[in-house]
Amino acid sequence: MKAICFNFAIHQPFRLKRYRFFDIGNDHYYYDDFLNDDIVTRLAEQSYIPAAQTLLRMIEQSGGAFRCSISITGAALEQLEQYVPEFIDLLRKLADTGKVEFVAETYAHSLASLFDPVEFEEQVKVNCERLHSLFGVKPKILRNTELIYSDELAPQILSMGFKGCITEGAKHILGWKSPNYVYSAASAPKLKLLLKNSKLTDDIAFRFSDTSWDAYPLTADKYIDWIASTPAEEQIINLCMNLETFGGMQPASSGIFQFLEALPRFAAERGIEFWTPSEAVSKLKPVDELAIVHPISAADEARDTSAWLGNQLQREALHKLYEAGERVRLSEDRRLKQDWWYLQASDHFYYMSTKHFADGAVHSHFSPYETPFQAFTNYMNVLADFLVRVDEQFPLSVDNEELNALLKTIRNQEREIEALTREKESMCKNLEQYNIEHKTREAEPAKPAKTAKAKTAAKPRAKKVDK
Amino acid sequence: MFGWEFPPHILGGLGTASYGLTQGMWQCGDMDITFVIPKPWGDEDRSFAHILGASQVPVAWRDLSRDYVEQRIGKVMDPDLYFRLRDHIYADFNYMRTNDLGCIEFSGRYPDNLLEEINNYSITAGVIARTVDCDIIHSHDWLTYPAGIHAKQVTGKPLVIHVHATDYDRSRGNVNPTVFNIERDGMIHADHIITVSNLTRQTVIEKYGIDPAKVTTVHNAVIPLSRELLDVEVVKPHEKIVTFLGRITMQKGPEYFVEAAAKVLKNNHNVRFVMAGSGDMMDKMITLAAERDIADRFHFPGFQKGKQVYEMLKASDVYIMPSVSEPFGISPLEAMQMGVPSIISKQSGCAEILNNVIKTDYWDIDAMADAINSIISHPALYNQLREDGLAEVARITWDKAGQKVIDIYKKILNNR
Repeated sequence: MKAICFNFAIHQPFRLKRYRFFDIGNDHYYYDDFLNDDIVTRLAEQSYIPAAQTLLRMIEQSGGAFRCSISITGAALEQLEQYVPEFIDLLRKLADTGKVEFVAETYAHSLASLFDPVEFEEQVKVNCERLHSLFGVKPKILRNTELIYSDELAPQILSMGFKGCITEGAKHILGWKSPNYVYSAASAPKLKLLLKNSKLTDDIAFRFSDTSWDAYPLTADKYIDWIASTPAEEQIINLCMNLETFGGMQPASSGIFQFLEALPRFAAERGIEFWTPSEAVSKLKPVDELAIVHPISAADEARDTSAWLGNQLQREALHKLYEAGERVRLSEDRRLKQDWWYLQASDHFYYMSTKHFADGAVHSHFSPYETPFQAFTNYMNVLADFLVRVDEQFPLSVDNEELNALLKTIRNQEREIEALTREKESMCKNLEQYNIEHKTREAEPAKPAKTAKAKTAAKPRAKKVDK
Repeated sequence: MFGWEFPPHILGGLGTASYGLTQGMWQCGDMDITFVIPKPWGDEDRSFAHILGASQVPVAWRDLSRDYVEQRIGKVMDPDLYFRLRDHIYADFNYMRTNDLGCIEFSGRYPDNLLEEINNYSITAGVIARTVDCDIIHSHDWLTYPAGIHAKQVTGKPLVIHVHATDYDRSRGNVNPTVFNIERDGMIHADHIITVSNLTRQTVIEKYGIDPAKVTTVHNAVIPLSRELLDVEVVKPHEKIVTFLGRITMQKGPEYFVEAAAKVLKNNHNVRFVMAGSGDMMDKMITLAAERDIADRFHFPGFQKGKQVYEMLKASDVYIMPSVSEPFGISPLEAMQMGVPSIISKQSGCAEILNNVIKTDYWDIDAMADAINSIISHPALYNQLREDGLAEVARITWDKAGQKVIDIYKKILNNR
């Protein structure tokens, strides 16, 4: 028995507008709405919507045998809700079939997992809440930004309540091992790992319409054959790709939708099933523990974090950004928080990569900037303005701990006031009671001296409360 | 080869490029190069080419003793060569202003009577062509095209012209018809045309109507700097320094630099701007800086030469070249060699081969100001550009350019 486990990722960053340094302090809106609208709408038309419709048809036609999972970032959800709400309806339909599992992502598609564990947890939580409110689902599996994963993250992911995590089947980690099994995390054995099969994923995502590829044209028949011919004991093929592979990276004219739609039929012929990631981790026992000391990801040939952390520009920008993390979380300003998330999108740092000078043009292909230096300059200008706003709320001259203490005082203020009011009320009651008693005692003027003493003692206390 | 400038006595980029290319070709081996310049000073590097001065080429017969010649020009030319050249005088030029050696005096600069000097240069080329045996004639820039054509007509050898700039670059489109005609004449007579960038290649093809098959781009390179220059010592001021280095003329776009500086200074006060060089727009720029009320932070130290250039670069944090039209532009490469991050206009030829620089449109003063501010306020960007820039520029060497030129020679010779 073999199964295919599909994961389709949807993410769109809020691309920044051209922001000059003389805008710093003057202009607090950072996004290129026109560009974002244009890209999201176009992609939805070419890819997201037809792909979702295809998935719906596949589920219907296969009588529920076809299953898959979708992960979607909060940033993408926000833009889709705004520009193409009809796609959200389609996602809801997919969710209602019960055959599509929603997998957790970070809200901002951020690199928080590498820099700021608190932020990472919060973002995953917020994204799950968003998925729950929109589709009524509760994710059990996590797919971190660009499949980033390392041993350090595993205990946290487990403690956040996830059963499994999808990550890259990086060759330098696996060596002779196969990605087609379920593994468990070395640092948290209860967390199961699903590893992306890079070869079979890239056959669809990158090579499908490549006429110079020796396997061109790729048919569903041939593809399922390849999967069927993997060793019998290998049970799970994880295929993780962006949803825009269908109709975006691979144009509709290449026949990619027909290819996708034909998969369940040929899979059924060869007895291959489709599982959701949750099914995979519950049905299969891990074969081994996998230790991953240095973070891996799905990006570039190196499959590490060098796509976002490869040069000084990127490190500087990320460092400056995450320095502000604690402060931003202290704030309750919604706009500030929103910008904080949008600015964390890994895409901004991807644009700053200088790797494409040497190898390939994948980076520049996705970038709205002409050069990485432009990307850096623009981002740093925006970040400078953002940090000025953070500073206005929480001056840098006050250090974080002190600030925390002060904020605690402010937050506890209400409780203190409440306690004091209650005290005051009870005092007033006491006083009234005392007055009544006093009156009754005045009626019998046997001990006048004692009463007068008690009166002077009670009065200053009541006054204090009034203040 | 016919050239106009040769280090160390140079006025612009032409001399440096001629020198580098000649040396690069010599490094590739099996080359015997004679380099003709109007006026040698005797301190040129002669290790890889025979330097021949047009001002020592007799065009009128004088009966002189060997000792006299030795004493007069021995410093710059072998007397034997003088006599060999004298044997090849092809017409009587006594009506011209000649000196005691029967030679025409050259300034070797860009004097007011430049056209006359160009003509005289081509007269001497006739004598040289009859004397020096060669396989290929190579003319650097329009000043030497007439000489190249003349030499080609005398010897029948193929002519290659090297376009370091066109008048379209120098004049922002308002070409001088005389210069244009000389340039076009050279291009038509040339067997092959080498341009220093694709930008220039397009100009040659589109504006001069030349067959694209005849035009090849060979990008310029840089000579590695000596330790002595790399280690020049300067006192770094506390403020950041942004430098413009070059002729202050229309072609170099100095006014965009002043405007960008004004923008930067509005928000960032810890910076000074330097416009080093001289030129016909200098006074205008001083006035403009004053008008923008930034004269206290905008400096004009005048023309820099030799070591001063490198001291200036060493003290700089940003180098900027906002040229409106720059056929190649070697100065940003020199700045990169000194580890200075550069901002260049997209309208410069060197933008075609450089990655680790910031490129903006010359008119986009907002982008330029932004780039300046970004480099001086983010050490990460400064270091990234500095380190990767050093590595990148180290790979751009003249022997690669030289090899390309040699390949072009071979192709021409084989096609004959």
